[in-house]
Amino acid sequence: MEKAIHIREPWSDRVSIAVIYIFLSIILLCVAYPLIYIVSSSFSSSAAVTSGRVWLFPVEPTWYGYQAVFQYPQIWTGYLNSIIYTVLGSIISVALTIMMAYPLSRKTFMSRKVLMWALLFAMLFSGGLIPYYLVIKSLHLLDTRWAMILPGALNIFSIIVAKTFFQSSIPNDLYEAAQLDGCNDTKFLTRIVLPLSKPVIAVLLLWAAVSNWNSYFNALIFLNSENLYPLQLVLREILVLNNVSTNSITLSPEQLKQFEDMKTLLKYSVIVIASIPVLILYPFIQKYFVKGVMVGSIKE
Amino acid sequence: MLFRTVSLWRKNIYRHWQLYCIVALPVLFLITFNYVPMFGIQIAFKEFNPMQGIWHSPWVGGKQFEMFFNSPYFWPIIQNTLLLSIYALCIGTPAAILLALAINEVKNQRFKKIVQMFTYAPYFISTVVLVGMINIILSPTTGLYGQLSHLFGVENVYDILGESKAFSSLYVWSGVWQETGYGAVIYLAALANVNPELYEASKIDGASRIQKIIHIDLPAIRPTIIVLLILAVGGLMSVGFEKVFLLQNMLNLSTSEVISTYVYKIGLVNTNYSFAVAVGLFNSVVGFILIFTTNVLARKYSDSSLF
Repeated sequence: MEKAIHIREPWSDRVSIAVIYIFLSIILLCVAYPLIYIVSSSFSSSAAVTSGRVWLFPVEPTWYGYQAVFQYPQIWTGYLNSIIYTVLGSIISVALTIMMAYPLSRKTFMSRKVLMWALLFAMLFSGGLIPYYLVIKSLHLLDTRWAMILPGALNIFSIIVAKTFFQSSIPNDLYEAAQLDGCNDTKFLTRIVLPLSKPVIAVLLLWAAVSNWNSYFNALIFLNSENLYPLQLVLREILVLNNVSTNSITLSPEQLKQFEDMKTLLKYSVIVIASIPVLILYPFIQKYFVKGVMVGSIKE
Repeated sequence: MLFRTVSLWRKNIYRHWQLYCIVALPVLFLITFNYVPMFGIQIAFKEFNPMQGIWHSPWVGGKQFEMFFNSPYFWPIIQNTLLLSIYALCIGTPAAILLALAINEVKNQRFKKIVQMFTYAPYFISTVVLVGMINIILSPTTGLYGQLSHLFGVENVYDILGESKAFSSLYVWSGVWQETGYGAVIYLAALANVNPELYEASKIDGASRIQKIIHIDLPAIRPTIIVLLILAVGGLMSVGFEKVFLLQNMLNLSTSEVISTYVYKIGLVNTNYSFAVAVGLFNSVVGFILIFTTNVLARKYSDSSLF
C-alpha cells in the first residue's frame, strides 16, 4: 500500500525530517543527562564528586553513599511509612472511585446528574487550605496515619475517567440481559463490570500509587510526629533544608569528618533509593498511564 | 409536577437501592472533604476565635478583605502568581505541542519509543526529589553547573538558586523538563486519530511536511489545545504550592511568594486564620470566574468547551 503511492520526497522534506531528528536527539540528551549524572555520582567517591570529575560514568566506584543511607534510620521509617500510606491509600482510593463511578455510569440511576454537578463544582471550587485543615482537625485526624490516607482518597478526575470507561465499554444491553437472568446491581458490578474493567482499574491503581508515593503536602500540614513522616518529608529535610542530622549516631571527630564527606554522597544516593519503587514499576506505569490519559481525553 | 418527580425518585431509589448503597460511602467522602470545608469560608467574614469555634465567632464583614487589598503584599503576590503561571503556560503548552508534532513525524519505531520513554520518565519524579536534584546540580560550588562554569574559566559563578530574578525561569524550565513528555501524550493521542487518507491526499497534492503539519496536524489537535488552555487559565491563580514552596529561600522571596505559599504562612504558620481564609477565598473566586469566562469564550468562538 505504502509502496503503491510512493512519491519521492522532495529535498525540503528531507531537511525537515533531519531537523526533527536532531531536535529530538537534543531533547533526549537534555532529559536523560541529569538522571544519568545523579545515578553515576551516587556510585562515585565523594572526592570525585566534589572536585567535579564525574561527567558520565561513576569515578572511583564505591558504595559509600548507599552505606550512609543504610545508617540513616529516618530514611527507613520514612520508607516504611510511605509503603503503608501508598498501599492502603491506593486501595481505598480506587475502591471509592469505582463505588462512585459505577452508579454514575448507569443511565437508570436517577441522581446521576445532580451528583455529576456536585463533583464538577467540587473540582472547580474549594474552601481553601484553612477550612480544609480545620475539618481534618475537628475529625481528630491530625497527626495520625489516617490523615495521610483519607483526605485525599476521593479523586474527582479519576472518577470521571472511570465513569467514562464504564459508559463506553460496557453496553447498556449487557445490563438488561443480565437483569433478565436475575442479576441485581451489586452482582452486575462485581461479576460483570469489574472483570471487564481490569485495564482501567490498573490505571487508577497506578495513578493513586504514584501520587501517594510522591505526596508530601498533606504530611507537611497534618503530621507532627517524626515517626509518622513519609519518605518525601524526610527527603525534604535532607535535600532541601539540608538537615542531615547526626543525632541518632554518636561519632568520633574522625568519623564526623568522614560523615561530612558522606553527606554529599548521601544526597545523590537517597534520590536514587527514593525513586527505585517508581522505577521498578515504570514499564507498567508508562504503558497504563498512556492508556489512562487516552481514556481521560475521550469527550462525551 | 413536583409530586410526580418525587414519586419517580422514590421509585428509582426503591428499585436501585443497591446503587444508592454503593454510592453512599464516596458521597460521604465528597461531603466531608470537599463540601464541609466550603462552610468554613465564613471564617473570612468573621474574627475567628478558636475558643468560640467557627459558628460562634463574631462577624466582622469585609474587614479581612480590606486589610488584604491594602496590604503591601497584595500586588507583589498577585504579580508573582500571575507571572509564574502565565510564563509556565506560554512556554509549557507550545513545548508539549512541539514535542508531540516532532514525535509524530518519526517513522523509526525504536527511536520513537526511546524518545517517549525518556521524556515521559521525569513526570514520575516527586517534587521533593526534583527540587533536590536542582539544588545539587545547580550548586555554584559543588554542583555540575558550578564545575562547568569553572571549566569555562568563570570566576564568580552566578548563584541561580539565590537570585530572585532567576526564580521564575528556574521554576518554568524545570517544569518543562519534568512535564513536557507527559503533556505531549495527550496531543499524540489526538494525532493518532487523524484519518491517514488525509495525509495521502495531501501527499498527492504535493504538500510538504511542514505544510502537512500546519494544515492537517494542528487543526486535528485544536480542540485538545482549547480544552487544556481553558483548564490552564482556570488554574492561573493557583500556582502549585509544592514546587514554589520547596524552591523558595530567603534570597528569592521577593519573586517567589505566591498566593498559596502566602496563605500557608499566614494561616498555618502564623495561625491568622481569618485573614488566610479571606486571601484563599479571593483566590478561589477569581479562579472560578476565570475558568467560567474562558469556557464561555471558547464555546462562542470555537466548537470545543469544557462544559
